[in-house]
Amino acid sequence: MLSISGLTKQFGDKIAVDSANIQIDEPTMIGIIGRSGAGKSTLLRMLNRLSDASSGEILFEGEDVTAMRGAARRQWQSRCAMIFQQFNLVPRMDVVSNVLHGTLNRRSTLATVFNLYPRADIHKAIDILDRLGIAEQAPKRAEALSGGQQQRVAIARALMQDPAIILADEPIASLDPMNAQVVMQSLRDIHEEDGRMVIANLHTLDTARRYCDRVIGMRDGRIVFDGTPAQLTTGVARDIYGAGADFSEAATSTEIETLDRTGDPKIGVVA
Amino acid sequence: MTALDTEVAQSVGDIRESYLAQVGRRRLYSGLALLIFVVLMVSGFNIADERNAGGFWEGLHQIGDYPGEVLTEAWQKRADLPGLISEFFPALVETVNIAAVSTIIGAVGGLILSLLGTRGLAKWPRLIPLFRRVSDILRAVPEIVIALVLIFILGGGPVPAMIAIALHTAGALAKMFSEVAENADLKPVQGLASTGATWTQRMMLGVLPQVAPNYVSYTLLRFEINIRASAILGFVGAGGLGYELRNAMAWGPGRFDEAAAIFILLFSTIVFFDQVSSRYRNRLTEGQAQ
Repeated sequence: MLSISGLTKQFGDKIAVDSANIQIDEPTMIGIIGRSGAGKSTLLRMLNRLSDASSGEILFEGEDVTAMRGAARRQWQSRCAMIFQQFNLVPRMDVVSNVLHGTLNRRSTLATVFNLYPRADIHKAIDILDRLGIAEQAPKRAEALSGGQQQRVAIARALMQDPAIILADEPIASLDPMNAQVVMQSLRDIHEEDGRMVIANLHTLDTARRYCDRVIGMRDGRIVFDGTPAQLTTGVARDIYGAGADFSEAATSTEIETLDRTGDPKIGVVA
Repeated sequence: MTALDTEVAQSVGDIRESYLAQVGRRRLYSGLALLIFVVLMVSGFNIADERNAGGFWEGLHQIGDYPGEVLTEAWQKRADLPGLISEFFPALVETVNIAAVSTIIGAVGGLILSLLGTRGLAKWPRLIPLFRRVSDILRAVPEIVIALVLIFILGGGPVPAMIAIALHTAGALAKMFSEVAENADLKPVQGLASTGATWTQRMMLGVLPQVAPNYVSYTLLRFEINIRASAILGFVGAGGLGYELRNAMAWGPGRFDEAAAIFILLFSTIVFFDQVSSRYRNRLTEGQAQ
């Protein structure tokens, strides 16, 4: 389905992503983990074509994504939705309008700049908001919502695109544990119910373990692990994060339950 | 409480209905606004055209006649142009001088007015409306009106023009400055207040570093505008390049070469300062982002 080969991104003399190879055969929920600066975001941004690859290629169902230009590239971007850490909504527009932005690629520029959308689209947008449990917020401005609600609006915008792939760049990094759980569960539900591929950058190991079918570990731009959550042992995790023997999984956790475990620092060191 | 309950109990159908009603209202308002705009444009054009002595459509084809005459005469006497340009150069210096002095004085006045008239920063919050109205008035009266009054009192020359432009600049910059200051972060100001700083110290050390790039950028833009303004004020007797231009143009055919020389001077000066200031403005606003 999606095949990434030799994908490289260079900024000056610094290599952010170093010839990444990923083969995905069926819609899967994939978590990419690694330290900040490991190249996770750059990889997702190249997949969405927000930034261009320095070399290598991305093939989606036989089409060369990296070679797309102009309208073809925008068409690809509409099939490959992106969710951001800081939500990236238009703060002063209402929630439904933000969700309707998911249809921009399909609609004429003239109609959309005057905020004119077909009634059926508006109905669909409200249905998606209802599915994510935030339909009551529909007429409010996006900036009036809490972080967790805004991230769900961003997911709704992604769903409105009716994409084959949903890319999520640290979707829960600016959320509290409760909202993080709601957002991750929504992404999991979307993957299971709609059969869409979800690729999420995550900064915590346990989130990747809990929600993903496959985990990819990156370190300094290279892919150093690719396997099932079960194969992701503490030793492998230490490698990915470049941590010493004092590394414990709880140290990267945002789960509420782990707070009890980290309560006594000595246990963390032993684990 | 009950209002909250009903809101939660709202069904998707209700939400759809109320949102579509909201969208319908918004579309109606934008449609009406567009209609009013078109009606005003058309009727305004018609009124202006009727009141015009010549009429817009009858005069339209003659639009190139005057510049054409000036250009042909200037071309015939093109050998004199360099001499004329150097002859009028002192007048240009006077014009730019008027603009520079009035921009600096106006910027200082605008700075004080804006800080005193910005919510959250003002020294006397109750007097905010007063300072805002003062800057409104300064902005509302055209430079040329102030200049005419001052020339009547003080006699012709560059000083009345300078005062007139400085007053208008203070009002215009106060408005722009206070809009920037409104978005300034108040945390540093609070930090300075916690150390016992006076109002002036808080403004100069807490607010100004944040807003300085924007302020300088607006001031440079104003300087360009003021060069044009000071050239025009020459027409009413304030000296500088405008005064020479009026003389050359009022004379009519025969001295069009002088008019052309002055146009060349004015145009190249404005282009020069436009380029210089846009370079510095870019550096200031983009350098800040890095």
